[in-house]
Amino acid sequence: MTSAQQVATPVATAGTPRRRGRPGEPRRVAYLYILPAVLVFALFILYPLIRTAQFSLYEWNGLGASTWVGLSNYQAVFTEPQLRGAFVHALVLIVFYAVIPVTLGLLLAATMSRAVLRGLGFFRVVLFLPQVIPMVVVAIAWRQIYEPQGPLNDVLRFVGLDSLARPWLGDYTWALPSVGIVGTWVGTGLCLVLFLAGMARIPRELYEAARLDGAGPLREFFSITLPSVRGELAVALTLTVIAALKTFDLVYVMTSGGPGTETTVPSYQVYNNAFLLGRVGTATALAIVLTAVVFAMTVVINRVGERGQR
Amino acid sequence: MTLFTRTSTRWGAAAAAALLIAACAPGGDDDDAGDAPTAGDVQTDASELGDVTLTVWDQEVREGQTEQIEALNTAFEEAYPNITIERVSRSTDDLRTTLRLALSGEDAPDVVQANNGRPEMGQYVASSLLTPLDGYAEAYGWFDRFPESVRALASYSEDGATYGEGELYGLPQMGEIVGLYYNKTKLDALGLEPPATTEDFEAALAAAQAAGEIPIQFGNSEPWAGIHEFGFIQNQFSDAETIRNLGFGRPGSSWMSEDNVAAAETTVSWVDSGFFVDGFNGVSYDSAWQSFAQGNGVFFVGGTWLVADLTSAMGDEVGFVLTPAGASGQNLVTGGISIPWAIPANSDAQDAAAAYIDFITSSEAMTAVTEAGNLPVIEADQQTTEGLQAEVFDAWAQAGEDDLLVPYLDYATETFYDTITAAVQNLMGGQSTPQQFLETLEAEYTAATGS
Repeated sequence: MTSAQQVATPVATAGTPRRRGRPGEPRRVAYLYILPAVLVFALFILYPLIRTAQFSLYEWNGLGASTWVGLSNYQAVFTEPQLRGAFVHALVLIVFYAVIPVTLGLLLAATMSRAVLRGLGFFRVVLFLPQVIPMVVVAIAWRQIYEPQGPLNDVLRFVGLDSLARPWLGDYTWALPSVGIVGTWVGTGLCLVLFLAGMARIPRELYEAARLDGAGPLREFFSITLPSVRGELAVALTLTVIAALKTFDLVYVMTSGGPGTETTVPSYQVYNNAFLLGRVGTATALAIVLTAVVFAMTVVINRVGERGQR
Repeated sequence: MTLFTRTSTRWGAAAAAALLIAACAPGGDDDDAGDAPTAGDVQTDASELGDVTLTVWDQEVREGQTEQIEALNTAFEEAYPNITIERVSRSTDDLRTTLRLALSGEDAPDVVQANNGRPEMGQYVASSLLTPLDGYAEAYGWFDRFPESVRALASYSEDGATYGEGELYGLPQMGEIVGLYYNKTKLDALGLEPPATTEDFEAALAAAQAAGEIPIQFGNSEPWAGIHEFGFIQNQFSDAETIRNLGFGRPGSSWMSEDNVAAAETTVSWVDSGFFVDGFNGVSYDSAWQSFAQGNGVFFVGGTWLVADLTSAMGDEVGFVLTPAGASGQNLVTGGISIPWAIPANSDAQDAAAAYIDFITSSEAMTAVTEAGNLPVIEADQQTTEGLQAEVFDAWAQAGEDDLLVPYLDYATETFYDTITAAVQNLMGGQSTPQQFLETLEAEYTAATGS
């Protein structure tokens, strides 16, 4: 209780020479130290956030006067099929951006850290490479791969799978998975590198002991490797889930949300509503909801990750 | 107790901050920046304006367009050494998204290309962000230079509610129509003439298909191309007045009318017959016309902005005709003007901006436009051209004389672009029936026009 009072009362005790903290250090000065950071934070994060929240209560075309509409923009986010659909698509993308890369990354890392592999560095670099290429470049390259007469279909036809060849990004069933696969391609390397780092930390003795007890590779993986990289798992999931939820570049470049509205995602709808359709209120409401979803997901993932470490 | 006080103080502070911010609603200050000049005030001699830096935002990024605007800019700077042009060039899409913020800012550009439909120019006018040009038009004689039909496409009432009349807000440099490009060699091989009627056209498509050719090359992954394709078909079924009412968002028409049903059904039947290239919803616009230029496809529905690109890729192999005539018996063609040049209300060099617009739309400029392979909006008949360009000029002249021009369908309402692009993709992708397609469009049209 004492410590709480110390933090809480500096303003109240201002001007009095009485010091209740540890001797030699005026507590109020501490606030000065963090002031620059607080200012920057308030100016570039807090203020825009509050303004965004405020805009979401108005109907505004971004140019003229605005009208107060209360929560009806939020209502639109949950009731308009197009906007709601965007969130559904984002959930599907989480599978491709987070679930598959994390699974693949774990498998690859477990294999790579066990086997004495020639050219391990090479594989690591190759798998990590997609991470360092700008997403727009990635999107343009994959758009060409997916073209009706593009390399992917050429290969399918070459091996006799003509019936599978299709305009991937123009196909109502396959457009969203096609975008998702690119996310998998990009995300796997990141997960792999994180898990490799985590696994390198595991003491060899643990495995030796396990082996002496008669554990096979599977048992080792589930009893030693997986629990040991729980922290990395949480980090990887946090990063990839956020990446899935805020996907914009891939959709913008590859499909513009099409065909129809099959690949729209929340961020794309925010952009579309704010800058193209002139519905700033709807766009900001969408952005706030998206922020809340990202925040909630992050909290859940980290809770789960931490619980395991205790 | 302390804990309680602490929390409530914090909430109090947050609430105070929120109230402080909420006091100023977004976009609340609707000040009328810059009053419209009258003809008497206008300084038409740009060399008398002193040193001016003119910031110009354009979207002339295609082959022929960059060339001509750069030539004109250089010529303008030579004629008026006191004026420096700062050119900011972006793709149509990029310009469209950044213009909104730029116009409402204090430090707005001096000349911008603002798309003339309701989603852009209409909203800017309604928010008093563009300068009405009537005063300049009088001073420079633009009313004589540009026919009524051209000016109407960039005219709005002061509140932005009525499109097609009122004050002038921009001047275009080029004309554009979305007609039918065809591959001459392939059509000759099929023993066919360029189609003049829907019947001819459908026969040609069937013949092309039978010969193993791609009848219509098409790419719709940037969905706006679909507007052109559907408009092209609609033009063969509806009469000009109906399409104009729908396009300008005037009350009095219906998307559910018989002719529109026929157009939508024909679109689907052409898709089902395989008249369009396979997988068009997954092909981008650029790769579609490039593929056509490489000899894949007999026909391509495209705008005259591709003339320079197609000429340099195909030479004499490519031809251009107006949309085939259908039930109406007229070769109605979608089109109008290229994106007009306007002056932001917040520009601080409006006189110089007007001088610039005058310069790039003058007779000499029209010649420069022609030389760069494009279609000048006026005086096209006074230019000397050959090949594809000559065919395009003839088509444009005929469209003007016979009153065949109909507007783009996405002009209709502020969000019609989004609605119709997705709707056409769904229709052509087999995801919605003609009935559902038309109901989608009708719902927004009636909501906006109140009819």
